[in-house]
This record gives sequence, C-alpha cells and structure tokens, in this order.
Amino acid sequence: MKILVALKQVPDTETKIKVAADGRSLDPADVKWITGPYDEYALEEAIRIKEAKGAEVVALSVGGDSAKEVLRNALALGADSAVLLKGDGQGDALAVAQMIAAYAKDKGFDLILCGNKGIGGDNAAMGPMLAELMGVAQANVIVKLELGEGTFRAEREIEGGSEMVEGSLPAVITAQKGLNEPRYASLKGIMAAKKKTIEELEATAAPAVAVVSALALPPERPAGRRLEGEPAAQAQALLQALKDEAKVL
Amino acid sequence: MILVFCELKDGQIRKPSAEALSEGRRLADASGKKLGALFAGASCAGSAEAAKYGADVILAAEGASLASYSSDAFAQLVADAVKAKGATVLLAAATAMGKDVAPRAAARMGAGYASDVTGLAMADGKLQAVRPVYAGKAFATTTFTSAVQVATTRPNVFPLAEKAGAGAAESLAAPAGSFKAIVKEILAKAGGKVDLTEANVIVSGGRGMKDGANFKILEDLADALGGVVGASRAAVDAGWGLPHSMQVGQTGKVVSPTLYIACGISGAIQHIAGMSGSKFIVAINKDPEAPIFKLASYGIVGDLFEVVPELTKAAKAMGIGKG
Repeated sequence: MKILVALKQVPDTETKIKVAADGRSLDPADVKWITGPYDEYALEEAIRIKEAKGAEVVALSVGGDSAKEVLRNALALGADSAVLLKGDGQGDALAVAQMIAAYAKDKGFDLILCGNKGIGGDNAAMGPMLAELMGVAQANVIVKLELGEGTFRAEREIEGGSEMVEGSLPAVITAQKGLNEPRYASLKGIMAAKKKTIEELEATAAPAVAVVSALALPPERPAGRRLEGEPAAQAQALLQALKDEAKVL
Repeated sequence: MILVFCELKDGQIRKPSAEALSEGRRLADASGKKLGALFAGASCAGSAEAAKYGADVILAAEGASLASYSSDAFAQLVADAVKAKGATVLLAAATAMGKDVAPRAAARMGAGYASDVTGLAMADGKLQAVRPVYAGKAFATTTFTSAVQVATTRPNVFPLAEKAGAGAAESLAAPAGSFKAIVKEILAKAGGKVDLTEANVIVSGGRGMKDGANFKILEDLADALGGVVGASRAAVDAGWGLPHSMQVGQTGKVVSPTLYIACGISGAIQHIAGMSGSKFIVAINKDPEAPIFKLASYGIVGDLFEVVPELTKAAKAMGIGKG
C-alpha cells in the first residue's frame, strides 16, 4: 500500500494575527510556524497503517523552504520519504489541489491523507478538491478509519452525531481530532530524519480563482460591564440584562 | 442565475439552507438575477417551501440512488445543474454536507470557492465574499476570477427573509448509482439537540470546571435557556471524557451563536478565535484578570459553581427557553 500525506505549514494557534503592509496578507513577523494540527492526525494515521499492515508513506508539502521543517518532522515521525512542491504560496485551495493532483496522478497512491482543514485560510476545501481532480472517493472530517481490500470504512463527524461512509480506494481521507493520538518524534527518529533528503520539485501553480483582496482584523467588541453582588443577585441581573438590553432571551 | 443547494430534514428545509436561500434572494435582487433552489434525495417532498424564501425555480433530483449521501454523486449533480441552468453563483450552507459537496463541485467546475462566509455582495455581476480566516482572528475579502463562483454560508449569520417567489418546479434526473463513496448509516444521533455551529445559545466550560462530571450544571443551564453545551480545548484535552465534538476554538468548532456563556474559561487566543463571532458573550470566572473579560458583554467575577446553579434557578423562574 502506498500512502501520501499532504501537510501544511500554518501559524501556531496561539499566534496573534497581524495584517501585512499590503493589506491583504499575513504579516509573517513574530509568527511561529507549525504543522497543521489536523495534518498531524493524518500523518499519525498513515504511520499506524504502515505499522499494522505495511505501507510506504510519502509526506508532501506545498510551499517555500520553510515548509521543509514540516517534512523533516514527518520523516522523524516515520514517513519514508518527503517531497516539497515549491510554489509561491499565493495559490488558493484549488491551485494547491491542482499542484498535488499533478504530482500524485501517476504515482499509484492507494490513500491520500490530510487534515480536514488548515488553520489559516480555513476553507476546508483542499481535500475534497483533490479527490475530485483525481477522480477518487472522499471522506471528510474522519474520526475513525478502517481499510479493507481496496475499500475503506470511515466515520465522519456531522451535526449532532456521525455517519459511516463506505467507498473504494484510492480515496482522499481528511482527518479530524479524535482519529488518533499523535506521537512525539523519538530521538532516533530525529537523528535518522536528518540523514534523509527531501525531494524538491518545482511546481507550477495556476493563478488563483478565489483571490484574497483584503485582510482585516475583526472590529473591536464594544466594552462590556461587570455585574456585582452575591451570586443570586448576579444571576438575576444577568438574566434581566440579557432580556432587556441584549434582548436575546 | 444564483443557485442554492438546499438540504431537507423531515420534509422541511433545514434552517441553514433557508438562510442561504434568503441571502441568495438578496443577491439575486441586487444583480437582477433569478434564484434557483436545488434539492436532491430519495424524495424532495417539502422543497416547495423554497418559494417562501424567494426561489423563482425549484429543481428537484429525486431517485433511489440519492437516498444516501454520496459526495461524488452529489457534486456531479450540483455541477451539472449549475451548467444546465447557466448559473454563475452557487451557494450552499456551511453544514457538514454543504462543506463536503461544495468544494468538490467547485473543483469539478474549475470554480473559485469561499467557505463559511459571513458576508456576501455582488459587484459588477461578480460575487464578493467576506469570511473569517485564522478561525476569526482576521477577516478576508475574497473576489473571484472564475466564471462560476461558489460559497458556503456560515449558519446563524444570514437572517431569514421571507419573500414569495414563483417557485416553478422542475425535476432533474438522478444519477445512476455507482458511486465511489456513500453514507451507509447515521450513528449516535444525539437526542434532538442542535449542533454547536447552529445553536442559538451555547454554555461552554473550561479548565475551571475541574471535572467532566461537573458539566452537568452547564447542561442544566443550557436546558433552561434552550441551548447546548460546549467546551474549551483545555477541558477536552484534560482527560475528563468530553468528546472533541464539543470543542470550541481554532482547532475545534467555530461558532456564532446569539449568546455564548463562558464558564471557567480563561480565554486563550485559540479559544477566542472560535467564539468571538458570538453576538453576546457572558464570562463567568473567578479570576478578574482573565482575558475572556475583555470580550464579555457581561462579566461575572465569581465562583461558577455558585453562579451557574443560580442562573439556572432564575432562568427557570422566569420561564426562559420555554417559549
């Protein structure tokens, strides 16, 4: 079995977002970059499949030189090889999906795993777009995955519950928190990863068809007020305020 | 035409779909376009309701092959309908199904896609979308260069607007059934409660709850207010047995209720990112310096184990959440 794991480098969730001088992109100063948290579940799942039934795991990222850090980490955790598709990072989800599809098309991957969303653009679109471009099955926001002979069974989170999706391989599966508990890299893994090479490929990105023309910080919330007194009085005051001032109850 | 992919539940249009239709009508009026509503399923009974939200045309694909949701079949159906009707804008609600089918259909059409939008406008016949990025830490304005433009609307953001439309019914052929993936069964349907992303009132607990069992008092308050219970990442990751589906934040659900009551939540950046779109925020925390108070419309500095039961008692006494 051959598994491709697509990983995205994203700002750490504790990062404060600042808008760059161009008014439409993220100011990269002071941003700590990490592997997408949902991508970590995707990678862990691939490594577990490899350990359970044997598989070749290829880690892939689209981006500049800094994305090599994500791939180095994937190698340390157990990916067999790593590929960096060098793009300018300006593409939309469709452009990224097209780049990955062009790379993966003739490589015979049985399974493509990635996070159900990056935590940047938050479009949650790359996985399903990749599935469509490759003409394969998809299952998104997956908390449980079972593989059969050329088939899969995946539990997908939906409103107020979950649903079981069954389909044929190859497939694109996007991971949700709960799928597994990602491991930490071992010292041995980290040392071994240093010796591996990351394959770098120049990839041509089609121009984005969904373009971010402006990026702005959310408006400041109006100042609130504190409710004083004993708990019972606070509770009474709050409900009254929600009813009379906010008119939400 | 502006085409809206709609979902039915128990023979009625789901509220997030009705919101998307309402917004679609507004955009259609602003740009002199027609509004179409698209339904798919074993039965589309109930689809006529779309006329109430201004649909000029109601397209229904009915057939046994559409009884269960299949992402590849539905994406193909949606893309074919867009093409057949010459639609330039495709909308769907940003629900589990909408977010599954819309990007796949967009890729099929080579169309630009904006997910979870909170604002839409038409400028020179083109769609313009405003959407939260970095889980709401910033807002991006998205414009499109593709002929067809696709967006999913965030539930609870766009107001429902009734405006009678012609509602001319047309039927579409259901695809023949050989799908790459299909839903086989629906599991663990929680007792009729709405999802966090669609809830009007959310009562959320954080590290200050001290234990999973203590969430009972939040359940009681949520029940009294007609709301649902959420949790911070700290609470979900604490090993208290809380499911991750409860998690609100950048790596959980991004919510936009009318009322969000944060109990024992300090207000980490990644949590705030997930709930700052709430209309009114109440913070209950014993630490007066907790960052959550900076966001709160109403703040209560106090012991949540005393305040929350008092709130429940008072809400019941006032008969809130019953009407």
